[in-house]
Amino acid sequence: MSTPSYRELSINGLWKNNPALVQLLGLCPLLGVSNSAVNALGLGLATALVLICSNIGVSLVRGVVNTAVRLPAFVMIIAALTTCIELLMQAYTYELFQILGIFIPLITTNCVILGRADGFAAKHNPLIAGFDGFVMSMGFALVLLVLGGLRELFGTGVLFANMQLLFGPIAADWQITVFSDYKGFLLAILPPGAFIVLGLLIALKNRIDHQLAERAKAQQPEAPAQSRRVRVTGVIE
Amino acid sequence: MILPELSRSMFRNALVLGLFAVVTVGAVTLLQQFTAERIQAAERASQLRALNEILPHGSYDNQLLDSSVDVHHPLLGTRHPTPAYIARKDGEPSAVILQAIAPDGYSGAIHLLVGVLADGRIAGVRVVRHRETPGLGDKVELAKGRWILSFDGKSLSDPQASGWAVKKDRGDFDQFAGATITPRAVVGAVHRALQYFDAHRDELLGASTRPVEPDQALPEPDEFDEATRHSRAGSAATRDEMLITDPQPEQTGETP
Repeated sequence: MSTPSYRELSINGLWKNNPALVQLLGLCPLLGVSNSAVNALGLGLATALVLICSNIGVSLVRGVVNTAVRLPAFVMIIAALTTCIELLMQAYTYELFQILGIFIPLITTNCVILGRADGFAAKHNPLIAGFDGFVMSMGFALVLLVLGGLRELFGTGVLFANMQLLFGPIAADWQITVFSDYKGFLLAILPPGAFIVLGLLIALKNRIDHQLAERAKAQQPEAPAQSRRVRVTGVIE
Repeated sequence: MILPELSRSMFRNALVLGLFAVVTVGAVTLLQQFTAERIQAAERASQLRALNEILPHGSYDNQLLDSSVDVHHPLLGTRHPTPAYIARKDGEPSAVILQAIAPDGYSGAIHLLVGVLADGRIAGVRVVRHRETPGLGDKVELAKGRWILSFDGKSLSDPQASGWAVKKDRGDFDQFAGATITPRAVVGAVHRALQYFDAHRDELLGASTRPVEPDQALPEPDEFDEATRHSRAGSAATRDEMLITDPQPEQTGETP
Protein backbone atom coordinates (compact mmCIF):
# COMPACT_ATOMS: atom_id res chain seq x y z
CA MET A 1 0.00 0.00 0.00
CA SER A 2 1.42 3.35 -0.96
CA THR A 3 2.10 5.82 1.81
CA PRO A 4 -0.11 8.91 1.51
CA SER A 5 1.52 12.31 1.96
CA TYR A 6 0.96 14.42 5.08
CA ARG A 7 -0.98 16.91 2.98
CA GLU A 8 -3.33 14.24 1.70
CA LEU A 9 -3.79 12.91 5.21
CA SER A 10 -4.60 16.36 6.57
CA ILE A 11 -7.19 17.12 3.92
CA ASN A 12 -8.69 13.68 4.47
CA GLY A 13 -8.94 13.93 8.24
CA LEU A 14 -10.04 17.51 8.54
CA TRP A 15 -12.40 17.77 5.61
CA LYS A 16 -12.83 15.16 2.88
CA ASN A 17 -13.19 12.16 5.15
CA ASN A 18 -14.00 13.94 8.41
CA PRO A 19 -14.94 11.29 10.99
CA ALA A 20 -17.90 13.26 12.35
CA LEU A 21 -19.30 14.94 9.24
CA VAL A 22 -18.63 12.35 6.55
CA GLN A 23 -18.01 8.99 8.19
CA LEU A 24 -20.56 9.81 10.91
CA LEU A 25 -18.61 7.76 13.43
CA GLY A 26 -18.57 8.25 17.18
CA LEU A 27 -21.92 9.99 17.19
CA CYS A 28 -22.89 8.84 20.68
CA PRO A 29 -20.34 10.98 22.54
CA LEU A 30 -20.57 13.61 19.83
CA LEU A 31 -24.25 14.18 20.52
CA GLY A 32 -24.12 13.35 24.20
CA VAL A 33 -21.62 15.88 25.51
CA SER A 34 -21.78 18.63 22.94
CA ASN A 35 -24.08 20.86 25.01
CA SER A 36 -21.31 23.29 25.88
CA ALA A 37 -17.95 24.23 24.46
CA VAL A 38 -15.98 23.14 27.50
CA ASN A 39 -17.55 19.66 27.56
CA ALA A 40 -17.01 19.28 23.83
CA LEU A 41 -13.40 20.38 24.02
CA GLY A 42 -12.72 18.12 27.00
CA LEU A 43 -14.05 15.05 25.26
CA GLY A 44 -12.46 16.08 21.96
CA LEU A 45 -9.02 16.31 23.55
CA ALA A 46 -9.45 13.04 25.46
CA THR A 47 -10.49 11.28 22.26
CA ALA A 48 -7.56 12.84 20.41
CA LEU A 49 -5.06 11.57 22.96
CA VAL A 50 -6.49 8.06 22.81
CA LEU A 51 -6.61 8.06 19.01
CA ILE A 52 -3.04 9.32 18.54
CA CYS A 53 -1.58 6.91 21.10
CA SER A 54 -3.62 3.96 19.85
CA ASN A 55 -2.59 4.60 16.25
CA ILE A 56 1.07 4.68 17.27
CA GLY A 57 0.68 1.63 19.51
CA VAL A 58 -1.12 -0.38 16.88
CA SER A 59 1.42 0.60 14.26
CA LEU A 60 4.28 -0.52 16.53
CA VAL A 61 2.82 -3.99 17.06
CA ARG A 62 1.60 -4.46 13.50
CA GLY A 63 4.28 -7.07 12.79
CA VAL A 64 3.50 -9.10 15.91
CA VAL A 65 -0.23 -9.73 15.65
CA ASN A 66 -1.67 -11.65 12.77
CA THR A 67 -5.05 -11.04 11.19
CA ALA A 68 -6.89 -13.63 13.30
CA VAL A 69 -6.28 -11.91 16.63
CA ARG A 70 -5.70 -8.35 15.52
CA LEU A 71 -9.09 -6.95 16.57
CA PRO A 72 -9.04 -8.16 20.18
CA ALA A 73 -5.44 -7.03 20.48
CA PHE A 74 -6.26 -3.57 19.13
CA VAL A 75 -9.30 -3.26 21.41
CA MET A 76 -7.09 -4.13 24.37
CA ILE A 77 -4.67 -1.37 23.44
CA ILE A 78 -7.51 1.13 23.03
CA ALA A 79 -9.25 0.11 26.25
CA ALA A 80 -6.02 0.36 28.24
CA LEU A 81 -5.29 3.81 26.80
CA THR A 82 -8.81 4.99 27.56
CA THR A 83 -8.53 3.80 31.15
CA CYS A 84 -5.23 5.63 31.47
CA ILE A 85 -6.77 8.86 30.14
CA GLU A 86 -9.68 8.38 32.52
CA LEU A 87 -7.32 8.05 35.49
CA LEU A 88 -5.33 11.09 34.40
CA MET A 89 -8.46 13.20 33.97
CA GLN A 90 -9.66 12.08 37.37
CA ALA A 91 -6.37 13.17 38.86
CA TYR A 92 -5.92 16.50 37.09
CA THR A 93 -9.32 17.73 35.87
CA TYR A 94 -11.63 16.12 38.42
CA GLU A 95 -14.67 18.33 37.88
CA LEU A 96 -14.61 17.94 34.12
CA PHE A 97 -14.29 14.21 34.67
CA GLN A 98 -17.44 14.31 36.78
CA ILE A 99 -19.35 16.13 34.05
CA LEU A 100 -18.18 13.95 31.16
CA GLY A 101 -18.78 10.87 33.31
CA ILE A 102 -19.75 7.80 31.35
CA PHE A 103 -18.59 9.27 28.04
CA ILE A 104 -14.93 8.86 28.95
CA PRO A 105 -14.98 5.03 29.18
CA LEU A 106 -17.15 5.08 26.06
CA ILE A 107 -14.20 6.44 24.07
CA THR A 108 -13.19 2.78 23.82
CA THR A 109 -16.24 2.08 21.72
CA ASN A 110 -15.78 5.07 19.45
CA CYS A 111 -15.65 3.51 16.00
CA VAL A 112 -13.31 6.21 14.70
CA ILE A 113 -10.57 4.80 16.87
CA LEU A 114 -10.87 1.13 16.02
CA GLY A 115 -11.55 2.10 12.41
CA ARG A 116 -8.31 4.04 12.12
CA ALA A 117 -6.37 1.37 14.00
CA ASP A 118 -7.47 -1.40 11.70
CA GLY A 119 -7.87 0.56 8.50
CA PHE A 120 -4.75 2.70 8.62
CA ALA A 121 -2.35 2.26 11.52
CA ALA A 122 -2.00 -1.49 11.04
CA LYS A 123 -0.56 -0.88 7.55
CA HIS A 124 1.72 2.12 8.09
CA ASN A 125 4.75 3.14 10.09
CA PRO A 126 4.29 4.71 13.56
CA LEU A 127 5.17 8.23 12.45
CA ILE A 128 2.58 8.49 9.72
CA ALA A 129 0.05 6.51 11.77
CA GLY A 130 0.47 8.98 14.63
CA PHE A 131 0.00 11.87 12.22
CA ASP A 132 -3.13 10.27 10.82
CA GLY A 133 -4.44 9.87 14.38
CA PHE A 134 -3.71 13.53 15.01
CA VAL A 135 -5.54 14.94 11.99
CA MET A 136 -8.45 12.52 12.29
CA SER A 137 -8.94 13.39 15.93
CA MET A 138 -8.59 17.09 15.18
CA GLY A 139 -11.31 16.70 12.57
CA PHE A 140 -13.47 15.03 15.19
CA ALA A 141 -12.64 17.51 17.95
CA LEU A 142 -13.23 20.55 15.75
CA VAL A 143 -16.70 19.37 14.78
CA LEU A 144 -17.37 18.57 18.43
CA LEU A 145 -16.21 22.04 19.46
CA VAL A 146 -18.25 23.84 16.79
CA LEU A 147 -21.29 21.78 17.74
CA GLY A 148 -20.78 22.44 21.44
CA GLY A 149 -20.14 26.14 20.87
CA LEU A 150 -23.22 26.59 18.70
CA ARG A 151 -25.46 24.72 21.14
CA GLU A 152 -24.11 26.69 24.07
CA LEU A 153 -24.56 29.95 22.19
CA PHE A 154 -28.13 29.24 21.08
CA GLY A 155 -29.09 27.54 24.31
CA THR A 156 -27.74 29.99 26.86
CA GLY A 157 -26.53 33.06 24.97
CA VAL A 158 -22.96 32.80 26.22
CA LEU A 159 -19.84 31.13 24.87
CA PHE A 160 -16.95 29.37 26.63
CA ALA A 161 -18.54 29.30 30.09
CA ASN A 162 -16.75 27.29 32.81
CA MET A 163 -13.54 26.94 30.82
CA GLN A 164 -11.66 26.85 34.14
CA LEU A 165 -12.78 23.21 34.48
CA LEU A 166 -10.32 22.39 31.73
CA PHE A 167 -7.67 25.09 31.83
CA GLY A 168 -7.53 26.02 35.51
CA PRO A 169 -8.27 29.35 37.20
CA ILE A 170 -6.78 31.54 34.44
CA ALA A 171 -9.65 30.56 32.17
CA ALA A 172 -12.35 31.69 34.61
CA ASP A 173 -13.08 34.90 32.70
CA TRP A 174 -12.95 33.49 29.21
CA GLN A 175 -16.72 33.49 29.11
CA ILE A 176 -18.13 35.69 26.37
CA THR A 177 -21.67 36.95 26.78
CA VAL A 178 -22.91 37.23 23.23
CA PHE A 179 -26.55 38.00 23.85
CA SER A 180 -27.09 39.71 27.17
CA ASP A 181 -30.52 39.29 28.72
CA TYR A 182 -31.10 36.16 26.66
CA LYS A 183 -33.91 33.93 27.84
CA GLY A 184 -32.29 30.75 26.62
CA PHE A 185 -33.43 28.33 23.95
CA LEU A 186 -33.93 25.01 25.68
CA LEU A 187 -34.13 22.89 22.52
CA ALA A 188 -30.52 23.63 21.63
CA ILE A 189 -29.28 22.15 24.89
CA LEU A 190 -31.52 19.08 24.90
CA PRO A 191 -30.52 16.04 22.81
CA PRO A 192 -32.74 16.89 19.80
CA GLY A 193 -30.77 20.12 19.45
CA ALA A 194 -27.63 18.06 18.93
CA PHE A 195 -29.18 16.20 16.01
CA ILE A 196 -30.54 19.38 14.45
CA VAL A 197 -27.28 21.32 14.72
CA LEU A 198 -25.23 18.36 13.46
CA GLY A 199 -27.62 18.01 10.54
CA LEU A 200 -27.17 21.69 9.71
CA LEU A 201 -23.38 21.35 9.89
CA ILE A 202 -23.42 18.38 7.53
CA ALA A 203 -25.69 20.29 5.15
CA LEU A 204 -23.31 23.25 5.28
CA LYS A 205 -20.33 21.02 4.49
CA ASN A 206 -22.13 19.43 1.56
CA ARG A 207 -23.10 22.84 0.25
CA ILE A 208 -19.50 24.07 0.40
CA ASP A 209 -18.31 20.90 -1.33
CA HIS A 210 -20.93 21.39 -4.00
CA GLN A 211 -19.85 24.96 -4.64
CA LEU A 212 -16.19 23.96 -4.77
CA ALA A 213 -17.03 21.31 -7.32
CA GLU A 214 -19.02 23.80 -9.41
CA ARG A 215 -16.18 26.27 -9.36
CA ALA A 216 -13.67 23.62 -10.33
CA LYS A 217 -15.87 22.61 -13.22
CA ALA A 218 -16.29 26.20 -14.36
CA GLN A 219 -12.56 26.75 -14.41
CA GLN A 220 -11.81 23.72 -16.55
CA PRO A 221 -11.96 24.34 -20.26
CA GLU A 222 -14.80 22.25 -21.51
CA ALA A 223 -13.07 21.46 -24.77
CA PRO A 224 -14.05 17.81 -25.12
CA ALA A 225 -17.72 18.61 -24.88
CA GLN A 226 -17.63 21.25 -27.56
CA SER A 227 -15.40 19.73 -30.21
CA ARG A 228 -17.29 17.39 -32.41
CA ARG A 229 -15.49 14.42 -33.62
CA VAL A 230 -16.06 13.74 -37.21
CA ARG A 231 -15.00 10.44 -38.53
CA VAL A 232 -13.28 10.62 -41.79
CA THR A 233 -11.56 7.33 -42.12
CA GLY A 234 -11.45 3.87 -40.68
CA VAL A 235 -13.94 1.16 -40.05
CA ILE A 236 -16.59 1.05 -37.36
CA GLU A 237 -15.85 -1.53 -34.80
CA MET B 1 -1.21 -32.97 8.26
CA ILE B 2 -3.11 -29.78 8.98
CA LEU B 3 -4.02 -30.34 12.63
CA PRO B 4 -0.61 -29.74 14.27
CA GLU B 5 -0.22 -26.70 12.04
CA LEU B 6 -3.57 -25.32 13.18
CA SER B 7 -2.94 -25.98 16.85
CA ARG B 8 0.42 -24.32 16.62
CA SER B 9 -1.07 -21.12 15.18
CA MET B 10 -3.83 -21.21 17.80
CA PHE B 11 -1.24 -21.54 20.50
CA ARG B 12 0.76 -18.67 19.07
CA ASN B 13 -2.33 -16.42 18.85
CA ALA B 14 -3.34 -17.24 22.39
CA LEU B 15 0.15 -16.42 23.56
CA VAL B 16 0.13 -13.08 21.73
CA LEU B 17 -3.26 -12.14 23.17
CA GLY B 18 -2.20 -13.22 26.65
CA LEU B 19 0.91 -11.12 26.35
CA PHE B 20 -1.16 -8.14 25.26
CA ALA B 21 -3.46 -8.57 28.24
CA VAL B 22 -0.54 -8.73 30.66
CA VAL B 23 1.16 -5.68 29.21
CA THR B 24 -1.97 -3.50 29.00
CA VAL B 25 -3.24 -4.46 32.45
CA GLY B 26 0.26 -3.88 33.81
CA ALA B 27 0.37 -0.41 32.30
CA VAL B 28 -3.04 0.51 33.71
CA THR B 29 -2.13 -0.83 37.15
CA LEU B 30 1.09 1.16 37.19
CA LEU B 31 -0.71 4.35 36.26
CA GLN B 32 -3.38 3.68 38.86
CA GLN B 33 -0.75 3.31 41.55
CA PHE B 34 0.82 6.49 40.35
CA THR B 35 -2.37 8.59 40.29
CA ALA B 36 -4.25 7.09 43.25
CA GLU B 37 -3.04 9.68 45.72
CA ARG B 38 -3.78 12.60 43.45
CA ILE B 39 -7.25 11.31 42.61
CA GLN B 40 -8.05 11.02 46.28
CA ALA B 41 -6.81 14.54 46.87
CA ALA B 42 -8.92 15.81 43.95
CA GLU B 43 -12.00 14.06 45.33
CA ARG B 44 -11.48 15.59 48.75
CA ALA B 45 -10.87 19.03 47.29
CA SER B 46 -14.08 18.75 45.30
CA GLN B 47 -16.07 17.68 48.37
CA LEU B 48 -14.55 20.41 50.45
CA ARG B 49 -15.38 22.99 47.79
CA ALA B 50 -19.02 21.92 47.96
CA LEU B 51 -19.02 22.14 51.76
CA ASN B 52 -17.28 25.51 51.73
CA GLU B 53 -20.04 26.95 49.60
CA ILE B 54 -22.34 26.43 52.55
CA LEU B 55 -19.92 27.21 55.36
CA PRO B 56 -17.43 29.90 54.38
CA HIS B 57 -13.85 29.01 55.11
CA GLY B 58 -13.40 31.26 58.13
CA SER B 59 -16.51 30.09 59.95
CA TYR B 60 -14.83 26.95 61.27
CA ASP B 61 -11.30 25.93 62.07
CA ASN B 62 -11.29 22.13 62.01
CA GLN B 63 -10.69 19.65 59.19
CA LEU B 64 -14.29 19.39 58.00
CA LEU B 65 -13.84 16.22 56.00
CA ASP B 66 -12.18 14.43 58.89
CA SER B 67 -14.78 15.34 61.46
CA SER B 68 -17.86 13.48 60.43
CA VAL B 69 -20.33 11.01 61.88
CA ASP B 70 -22.18 8.51 59.76
CA VAL B 71 -25.90 9.05 60.07
CA HIS B 72 -28.81 7.24 58.57
CA HIS B 73 -32.45 8.11 59.04
CA PRO B 74 -35.76 8.14 57.14
CA LEU B 75 -36.09 11.88 57.72
CA LEU B 76 -32.93 12.41 55.70
CA GLY B 77 -34.14 10.11 52.94
CA THR B 78 -30.81 8.31 52.88
CA ARG B 79 -30.63 4.56 52.53
CA HIS B 80 -27.12 4.00 53.74
CA PRO B 81 -25.23 5.70 56.51
CA THR B 82 -23.78 8.88 55.03
CA PRO B 83 -21.34 11.24 56.71
CA ALA B 84 -22.63 14.37 58.42
CA TYR B 85 -19.84 16.92 58.68
CA ILE B 86 -19.44 18.75 61.96
CA ALA B 87 -17.85 22.20 61.85
CA ARG B 88 -16.11 23.46 64.98
CA LYS B 89 -14.80 26.88 65.87
CA ASP B 90 -12.43 27.11 68.84
CA GLY B 91 -13.40 23.59 69.79
CA GLU B 92 -17.11 24.38 70.02
CA PRO B 93 -19.39 22.79 67.40
CA SER B 94 -20.72 25.59 65.22
CA ALA B 95 -22.61 23.86 62.42
CA VAL B 96 -23.49 20.54 60.82
CA ILE B 97 -23.71 19.72 57.13
CA LEU B 98 -26.19 16.92 56.52
CA GLN B 99 -26.66 14.99 53.32
CA ALA B 100 -30.32 14.65 52.50
CA ILE B 101 -32.24 13.12 49.60
CA ALA B 102 -35.52 14.39 48.25
CA PRO B 103 -36.98 11.20 46.81
CA ASP B 104 -39.90 12.93 45.11
CA GLY B 105 -38.22 15.09 42.47
CA TYR B 106 -39.75 15.30 39.00
CA SER B 107 -37.28 12.77 37.62
CA GLY B 108 -36.00 10.86 40.59
CA ALA B 109 -34.09 11.66 43.71
CA ILE B 110 -32.52 15.07 44.35
CA HIS B 111 -29.38 14.93 46.47
CA LEU B 112 -28.86 17.86 48.81
CA LEU B 113 -26.35 19.22 51.26
CA VAL B 114 -28.11 21.01 54.12
CA GLY B 115 -25.97 23.10 56.43
CA VAL B 116 -27.52 23.81 59.83
CA LEU B 117 -25.98 26.21 62.34
CA ALA B 118 -25.80 25.17 65.98
CA ASP B 119 -28.76 27.42 66.80
CA GLY B 120 -30.97 25.62 64.30
CA ARG B 121 -30.88 28.18 61.49
CA ILE B 122 -29.97 27.07 58.00
CA ALA B 123 -26.49 28.06 56.89
CA GLY B 124 -27.15 27.08 53.33
CA VAL B 125 -28.54 24.42 51.04
CA ARG B 126 -27.00 23.13 47.81
CA VAL B 127 -28.16 20.59 45.29
CA VAL B 128 -25.37 18.13 44.59
CA ARG B 129 -27.02 15.78 42.14
CA HIS B 130 -30.32 15.75 40.32
CA ARG B 131 -31.91 14.87 37.00
CA GLU B 132 -34.57 17.57 36.83
CA THR B 133 -35.60 19.05 33.49
CA PRO B 134 -32.97 21.45 32.13
CA GLY B 135 -34.38 24.95 31.95
CA LEU B 136 -37.26 24.25 34.33
CA GLY B 137 -36.50 22.22 37.42
CA ASP B 138 -32.76 22.73 37.32
CA LYS B 139 -33.15 26.26 38.70
CA VAL B 140 -32.56 24.63 42.09
CA GLU B 141 -28.85 24.69 41.15
CA LEU B 142 -27.07 27.81 42.27
CA ALA B 143 -25.48 28.04 38.83
CA LYS B 144 -28.92 28.41 37.25
CA GLY B 145 -30.76 30.54 39.77
CA ARG B 146 -30.72 32.08 43.20
CA TRP B 147 -33.77 30.23 44.52
CA ILE B 148 -31.75 27.85 46.68
CA LEU B 149 -30.47 30.83 48.67
CA SER B 150 -34.00 31.52 49.92
CA PHE B 151 -33.40 28.86 52.60
CA ASP B 152 -30.55 30.79 54.19
CA GLY B 153 -31.33 31.81 57.76
CA LYS B 154 -34.60 29.89 57.92
CA SER B 155 -35.33 27.56 60.82
CA LEU B 156 -38.06 25.27 62.15
CA SER B 157 -39.77 28.20 63.87
CA ASP B 158 -39.23 30.67 61.02
CA PRO B 159 -41.43 30.02 59.15
CA GLN B 160 -43.83 27.87 61.15
CA ALA B 161 -44.47 24.32 59.98
CA SER B 162 -47.28 25.46 57.66
CA GLY B 163 -44.91 27.85 55.93
CA TRP B 164 -42.53 25.07 54.94
CA ALA B 165 -44.11 24.59 51.54
CA VAL B 166 -44.16 26.29 48.17
CA LYS B 167 -46.53 29.21 47.67
CA LYS B 168 -48.88 27.11 45.61
CA ASP B 169 -49.36 24.97 48.72
CA ARG B 170 -49.84 28.13 50.81
CA GLY B 171 -46.29 28.06 52.07
CA ASP B 172 -43.55 30.65 52.13
CA PHE B 173 -41.29 29.45 49.33
CA ASP B 174 -41.52 30.44 45.68
CA GLN B 175 -42.00 27.83 43.01
CA PHE B 176 -40.74 28.28 39.45
CA ALA B 177 -42.90 29.00 36.45
CA GLY B 178 -43.62 25.61 34.93
CA ALA B 179 -42.05 23.60 37.71
CA THR B 180 -43.71 23.09 41.07
CA ILE B 181 -42.77 19.51 41.80
CA THR B 182 -39.03 20.13 42.04
CA PRO B 183 -39.15 23.03 44.55
CA ARG B 184 -41.84 21.22 46.51
CA ALA B 185 -39.56 18.19 46.82
CA VAL B 186 -36.59 20.31 47.87
CA VAL B 187 -38.57 22.31 50.43
CA GLY B 188 -39.91 19.07 51.91
CA ALA B 189 -36.47 17.50 52.11
CA VAL B 190 -34.92 20.57 53.75
CA HIS B 191 -37.78 20.73 56.24
CA ARG B 192 -37.30 17.07 57.15
CA ALA B 193 -33.55 17.55 57.49
CA LEU B 194 -34.23 20.37 59.95
CA GLN B 195 -36.58 18.11 61.91
CA TYR B 196 -33.87 15.49 61.97
CA PHE B 197 -31.36 18.04 63.25
CA ASP B 198 -33.79 19.20 65.91
CA ALA B 199 -34.34 15.66 67.17
CA HIS B 200 -30.65 14.76 67.17
CA ARG B 201 -28.93 18.02 67.91
CA ASP B 202 -27.13 16.74 70.99
CA GLU B 203 -25.89 13.57 69.36
CA LEU B 204 -24.65 15.49 66.31
CA LEU B 205 -23.06 18.41 68.07
CA GLY B 206 -21.73 16.48 71.01
CA ALA B 207 -20.60 13.69 68.77
CA SER B 208 -17.16 12.24 68.97
CA THR B 209 -16.50 9.92 66.06
CA ARG B 210 -19.01 7.33 67.21
CA PRO B 211 -21.73 6.76 64.60
CA VAL B 212 -25.27 7.58 65.62
CA GLU B 213 -27.32 4.42 65.84
CA PRO B 214 -30.38 4.69 63.64
CA ASP B 215 -32.55 2.72 66.08
CA GLN B 216 -32.09 4.88 69.08
CA ALA B 217 -32.48 7.93 66.92
CA LEU B 218 -36.03 7.23 65.72
CA PRO B 219 -38.56 9.84 66.80
CA GLU B 220 -42.26 9.16 67.29
CA PRO B 221 -43.35 8.08 63.83
CA ASP B 222 -46.69 9.93 63.92
CA GLU B 223 -45.07 13.18 64.75
CA PHE B 224 -42.81 13.31 61.76
CA ASP B 225 -45.37 11.89 59.37
CA GLU B 226 -47.70 14.75 60.11
CA ALA B 227 -45.08 17.38 59.62
CA THR B 228 -43.69 15.72 56.51
CA ARG B 229 -47.04 15.40 54.87
CA HIS B 230 -47.97 18.91 55.62
CA SER B 231 -45.07 20.35 53.77
CA ARG B 232 -45.72 18.20 50.74
CA ALA B 233 -49.47 18.57 50.65
CA GLY B 234 -51.18 20.12 47.64
CA SER B 235 -53.57 22.87 48.67
CA ALA B 236 -56.62 21.04 47.38
CA ALA B 237 -55.80 17.66 48.86
CA THR B 238 -57.41 16.68 52.12
CA ARG B 239 -55.50 14.72 54.68
CA ASP B 240 -57.29 11.49 53.73
CA GLU B 241 -56.56 11.84 50.07
CA MET B 242 -52.97 12.45 50.89
CA LEU B 243 -52.71 9.21 52.77
CA ILE B 244 -53.70 7.31 49.69
CA THR B 245 -52.03 9.25 46.92
CA ASP B 246 -48.92 10.63 48.44
CA PRO B 247 -46.20 8.01 48.30
CA GLN B 248 -43.92 7.50 51.22
CA PRO B 249 -40.38 8.55 50.51
CA GLU B 250 -39.23 4.98 50.90
CA GLN B 251 -41.66 3.70 48.30
CA THR B 252 -40.98 6.27 45.65
CA GLY B 253 -37.71 4.64 44.94
CA GLU B 254 -34.71 5.93 43.18
CA THR B 255 -34.49 4.97 39.57
CA PRO B 256 -30.93 4.33 38.51
